[in-house]
Amino acid sequence: MRKSYSKQFVIHFVLIVLGAAMILPFAWMISTSLKGYHEIFRYPPKWIPDSPQWSNYLEVWKLAPFGRFYVNSVFVALVTTVGQVITGVLAAYAFSRMEFWGRDKVFMLFLATLMVPTQVTLIPTYIVMSQMGWIDSYQALIIPFVSTAFSVFLLRQFFLTIPKELEEASIMDGCSKLRFICSVLMPLAKPAIASVSLFGFLGSWNSYLWPLIVINSNQMRTLPIGLRYFVSQQGGGSEWHYLMAASLIVMLPVLIVFFAAQKQFIEGIARSGIKG
Amino acid sequence: MQDINAANETSRRRAAIKRTVVGYSFLTPASTIMILFIFVPVFMAFYLSLFEWDLISPKTFVGLRNYARIFQSTDFFIAVRNTFYFVLVQLPLDFGISLGVALLLNQKIRGLSFYRTVFFTPVITSTVAVSAVWLWLYDPFDGLFNYLLEFIGLGPYGWLNDPKMAMLSVIIMSVWKGLGYNVVLFLAGLQSIDASLYEAASIDGAKPFQQFRYITLPQLSPTMYFVLIMGVINSFKVFTQIDVMTPGGGPLKSTMVIVYLIYQQAFNSFRFGEASALSVLLSAFILVLTLLQRFFLEKRVHYN
Repeated sequence: MRKSYSKQFVIHFVLIVLGAAMILPFAWMISTSLKGYHEIFRYPPKWIPDSPQWSNYLEVWKLAPFGRFYVNSVFVALVTTVGQVITGVLAAYAFSRMEFWGRDKVFMLFLATLMVPTQVTLIPTYIVMSQMGWIDSYQALIIPFVSTAFSVFLLRQFFLTIPKELEEASIMDGCSKLRFICSVLMPLAKPAIASVSLFGFLGSWNSYLWPLIVINSNQMRTLPIGLRYFVSQQGGGSEWHYLMAASLIVMLPVLIVFFAAQKQFIEGIARSGIKG
Repeated sequence: MQDINAANETSRRRAAIKRTVVGYSFLTPASTIMILFIFVPVFMAFYLSLFEWDLISPKTFVGLRNYARIFQSTDFFIAVRNTFYFVLVQLPLDFGISLGVALLLNQKIRGLSFYRTVFFTPVITSTVAVSAVWLWLYDPFDGLFNYLLEFIGLGPYGWLNDPKMAMLSVIIMSVWKGLGYNVVLFLAGLQSIDASLYEAASIDGAKPFQQFRYITLPQLSPTMYFVLIMGVINSFKVFTQIDVMTPGGGPLKSTMVIVYLIYQQAFNSFRFGEASALSVLLSAFILVLTLLQRFFLEKRVHYN
């Protein structure tokens, strides 16, 4: 019994040390974001600011149009996610419950797109966008991503687990295919749709390289790109309190959603990993 | 009799054609996107890599000269070396630590979901935002890291400003950021191992290490395989934290990785042909690597 206690102690000790290292950057960010300019450089540094400067958070909104970045990010991520769910459900339905010529070959082609690194499509897609006059537009941020093989695959795997008899019964009752998808299949597939939405939203929200090259104006920037330019403006100076406040503003919404829906997040990741 | 058969045959064929039309109409939205933004661009990348083009003046066909130029440039070899350095240090660190943490979390400890949340939080936070935070932590003059290391008599270090340390600093931050993802995957893999295997083994007198070697490792191998493949692919594509923390390729180009070079060639130097050639090379390399891994590792992976 004593042996198992000491084993537990060692395990917790190691986990707490590593866990502290995981949390330290966040704690330091919050601490710095509440300090005044002179307090940042005080030696030795203090964790708790003398008088928390909440006004730093207001200052940041004036230094760069973070409100606008927010609107852009939310809009782009929402439309992308809805698009992925709609195109994904339609394609997954065809792949999992319809029989037609060439179905499995097309499915293999869909899966093959997962092997294509985004870097190879980057320049050609940019050129197509510039020829369509879509540089610096919402279309450029959204359209290429409204369908991914990953979401089609995830939904298909889930649809395969739903019994066929259910559909036969609905069809007998005079239900059309689209009615069946909307009122029977999608409510049943909620967990899979939640996973697809989660990955779609996070992918779009955190997307970096593509919006970096396809967006030119400050007004069209999403949060990561807006923050990147804010860093390069402020980084040369030493306004670390503003930088940390801005970083917190950028990461906060996803953190809140994550803490509210941890189980779904972690299960979604674990599921995609094992089946992917 | 024959008439009936023929009629059946045509009606069946008609039904099959109808099914095919309906099937493809369901696939149209998704496949349009994939054709336009994946299949066409892949071929376009090959095509463009044979031209010299700045997007403004007309493009000129140069054959394989872009590729020849790449293999003659020192920047390419610097970028390849830096990328390999990143992959070969980051990947084993990430793999080892996350497996270790997952094994500890799997010991039926209290507070499991708390720890899991702690390790997972950096994964879902914006890479740009945490890069800004680490930029401050690494600050050579007023950063927290140099202050803390002073206590144990180390430093001060230049971190991201030091050509010898810049890449290592990026790696440490990347391991911190990505660790939790693999912890969750490994933990899910460990939890799916049938407990009766361990019971049977301990009845037979297997020691903890033997249980790890002969039960845990083989049962976990599909997860390890997945983690490794995803890790390799993602590490070779590293860009965001490099661009934010070490703009311009870092001190003495010490953090200039391949994707950064592609970005620079295309969008700073407007050499779209050469950048396309670089992206074709990178993609071909990642593809070959994935296939090699599949070939060599899949034999060792134990599927139920």
